[in-house]
Amino acid sequence: METQAFQKIYTKIDQITKATCSLRAKGIGYDELAYIGDRLAQVVKIIGDLVTLQVFGGTEGIPTNAEVTFLGKAPTLKVGDDLAGRFFNAYGDPIDGGPAVQGKEVEIGGPSVNPVQRKKPSNMIFTGIAGIDMNNSLVTGQKIPFFADPDQPYNVVMAMVALRAKADKIILGGMGLTNDDYLFYKNVFDNAGALDRIISFVNTTDDPPVERLLIPDMALTAAEYFAVEKNETVLVLLTDMTLFADALAIVSNRMDQIPSKDSMPGSLYSDLARIYEKAVQLPSGGSITIIAVTTLSGGDITHAIPDNTGYITEGQLYLRRDTDIAKVIVDPFRSLSRLKQNVIGKDTRSDHAQVMNAAIRLYAEAANAKTKLENGFDLTDFDERSLNFAKEYSNDLLAIDVNIGAIEMLDLTWKLFARYFTSQEVGIKKEFVDKYWPKKD
Amino acid sequence: MTKGLVAGIISNLVIVEVDGPVSQNEICYIKIGDTKLMAEIIKIMGSKAYVQVFESTRNLRIGASVEFTGHMLEATLGPGILSKNFDGLQNDLDKMKDVFLKRGEYTNPLEDDKLWHFKPLAKVGELVEAGSWLGEVTENWIPHKIMVPFKFEGKYTIKEISAEGQYTIHDPIAKVVDNNGKAQNITMVQKWPVKVAIRAYKAKPRPFRMMETGIRCIDSLNPIVEGGTGFTPGPFGTGKTVLQHALSKHAEADMIIVAACGERANEVVEIFTEFPELEDPRTGRKLMERTTIIANTSNMPVAAREASVYTAMTIAEYYRSMGLKILMLADSTSRWAQALREMSNRMEELPGQDAYPMDLPAIISNFYSRAGFVYLPNGATGSITFIGAVSPAGGNLKEPVTESTKKVARCFYALSQQRADSKRYPAVDPIDSYSKYLEYDEFIEYINENVSKQWIDQIHYVRNLLIRGKEASEQINILGDDGVPIEYHIRYWKSEVFDYVILQQDAFDKIDSSTPIGRQKFMMEIIIRIIKRDYDFDSFEDVSKYFRSVINILKQMNYSEFKSDEFIKFEAELEEILTKRKVAEPA
Repeated sequence: METQAFQKIYTKIDQITKATCSLRAKGIGYDELAYIGDRLAQVVKIIGDLVTLQVFGGTEGIPTNAEVTFLGKAPTLKVGDDLAGRFFNAYGDPIDGGPAVQGKEVEIGGPSVNPVQRKKPSNMIFTGIAGIDMNNSLVTGQKIPFFADPDQPYNVVMAMVALRAKADKIILGGMGLTNDDYLFYKNVFDNAGALDRIISFVNTTDDPPVERLLIPDMALTAAEYFAVEKNETVLVLLTDMTLFADALAIVSNRMDQIPSKDSMPGSLYSDLARIYEKAVQLPSGGSITIIAVTTLSGGDITHAIPDNTGYITEGQLYLRRDTDIAKVIVDPFRSLSRLKQNVIGKDTRSDHAQVMNAAIRLYAEAANAKTKLENGFDLTDFDERSLNFAKEYSNDLLAIDVNIGAIEMLDLTWKLFARYFTSQEVGIKKEFVDKYWPKKD
Repeated sequence: MTKGLVAGIISNLVIVEVDGPVSQNEICYIKIGDTKLMAEIIKIMGSKAYVQVFESTRNLRIGASVEFTGHMLEATLGPGILSKNFDGLQNDLDKMKDVFLKRGEYTNPLEDDKLWHFKPLAKVGELVEAGSWLGEVTENWIPHKIMVPFKFEGKYTIKEISAEGQYTIHDPIAKVVDNNGKAQNITMVQKWPVKVAIRAYKAKPRPFRMMETGIRCIDSLNPIVEGGTGFTPGPFGTGKTVLQHALSKHAEADMIIVAACGERANEVVEIFTEFPELEDPRTGRKLMERTTIIANTSNMPVAAREASVYTAMTIAEYYRSMGLKILMLADSTSRWAQALREMSNRMEELPGQDAYPMDLPAIISNFYSRAGFVYLPNGATGSITFIGAVSPAGGNLKEPVTESTKKVARCFYALSQQRADSKRYPAVDPIDSYSKYLEYDEFIEYINENVSKQWIDQIHYVRNLLIRGKEASEQINILGDDGVPIEYHIRYWKSEVFDYVILQQDAFDKIDSSTPIGRQKFMMEIIIRIIKRDYDFDSFEDVSKYFRSVINILKQMNYSEFKSDEFIKFEAELEEILTKRKVAEPA
């Protein structure tokens, strides 16, 4: 970064901590960026003429006489159509060897949408994964995370959802991605020939953790450009938000703030909400949908990070290994899409809600039968049939490798109903049974 | 007015060097470029005032000029509040034309030039005081009283009062003189500091009138009263917001104030889209006509979130003074408490439990105490019923916000994860929840006269039944279906009948979503009759089969128009099943 002629250079740093530097300077704006040597930093506190800077790359090796120049602006991103197909770091600089993006420079982390200007989200996103489309339908403008243990294939599922969703742009915000996962995304998108609709902002595990704090805002600023100015349907993938929250905790700790639950900063809820609430259905037709990953430790959802996330997002998706079929499935019990009511039966078929509920109820019957079996009780004929139904339902519909259309998935479920149950046992409204119950083969 | 200069900035906490007197909670404006950011003093140390800014402080610089206003954060009160969508500082959101909120954009909560048809109620020469009704205008359908401003102290004599006619809110409609002969004009609009309770009432007795909510698990088990307080804690996904929305749709109130405090924007959008369409069955008008929304969603500035619940309460108190029944809902008060925590943290105060400020319990109880039933000076009554949602961290009810609220709110509606998981909605736990009003003699007397003499006894009876049913179910789970006497199964299924038919309610069904008290009484009697019977079964399998069919018919009744042909048909069917069963009639 070349310095501009009129810029004042400071060369005396008063205090250095692990994450911050303080120096005496005048006329500095709050949130403003500065370079300390070649490291980017941001103003987080000003008391009189003492300015405290948070150094994204860490303060290791910074001397007290380092050159400090203030940029006179908050972090920005140059937005334009050229963003498409490119890979950037947390500062919005290209990391794919390509040229810098030309475009309008906008501050990241901008204002929120006026709630009365929002539209009710009501367009379904079809993913082909029946475990999502049937039981937890996603809607444009929704925000929903995967709650997953680190060993689960959430990145695979997310990449699949992104590619199948008919989004105009897919924006990946990678926080603390391992280099392997970063290359995975790159390859998947490349192989699918979808690179021209993908924009990536990536902070890998090689990069300093505090840099991650910029990733969601960068990704969402790019998203807002395409959704607001181009009226496009934008899908934003954020992985992994737990590592983002960890970075928040590091910063607040180094700034001597009092931690609240689970060593997280007291502002965690607002910090996460500020990001997730960028998901929006705009009146002009554009939309931002956020699918995120929150990794859990040992499946504990009462930890502050998943807990606060659950209060903010519109549902959550769980993956689970089903040992009966040796596949990973979308857990129908714990997963929930709060906005599915807006589209079920409207963007699909009118029997959708009834079929969904009946199948889950029967799947639950199978779970009860399984417990009975494990406890050494005898199974009834109904129990046996539910167990068989559950196995096929799990394999043909819930497994993450399923890729079928919405009508097909409903018809398939009807077939399974008829194979194992009578229509009374399934308990669906008569008008639908008359219409869709398969005729005896 | 006092002025100042910015001397320090830590996120939205700004330290201002002041040149004159300032007061705690005074409002000031910080100049940044062409815009002004509103802020509130929260601490004063010598010549330094610590202010919380209601907006982002990005690019704010040391030395920026600050103007103090000499007053606290005030709500603007007058005709035109109803049906509005405000933010936490009472800016009219619909007057902002941009898609994005603009920093420093403040809009008028009312309309300066709209004409209202004013009818005088008071006469020249009458002695009046703060809150006295001078006249009224019709706002939507509510007779909106024009009152002597709450800031007026002592007695006044009316010197002039305008004749019936069209006036704007700024036209003087009355002239009053105080004891010293000083005359003052009164218009239709007044201001009041939101953090101070409006006390223009004669007495605040214990509340006693039942407030019908149409929600059976409340009315038929833990009823709330006009002017009562309640709260609904629950982990995420247990249906807090659905319950709050159901209350706002069906509760028997003249006006509903919804404070969407730090929650999802899409949930407010649902109200924005639905309420102008949905009909209020009592008045035949649209629900939006009796609703005012204060929307400070989670991504809007944190300090304004704290202000939003106070703004909503002040509006409620204003309308209560007109002799109206107000229901105020806040979703969620935990987010408000978190806003307090964020500021307390920035001010480096010594923290209490979970890093919340030490005075959190006092702040919460003070706020809940502003609800209540009042007798106005002219003998009319008014009430604010307040129900707050609480979002306990990790679903653990032993956290500071839930515990502090439990000390003050008289009704406790615990949303249970277990009930939500088994899709028993509304997931209010019937055994953990309580209503203290059931112990109020005044309330019991009111119910005896207005609902029925048996109602309270019936409530106690079914509560006992539910506890016994739960015990039986635990025994069955431990000992196995055939390890317990059949009597246990019967006991369990009797409680299930009540659970399925009364407690569970389909918030999305046109008919089932709201049940008037008359219908609740009818169903309660049927069910108590079923429960009080003795039954004779050969095996436990028959018990569940039989009661399942009973429940099925009763549910069909719930889904049918009350006393319609269909309803009566199901009733007859039920009677048939009940008589067919070999019942040993009670001795």
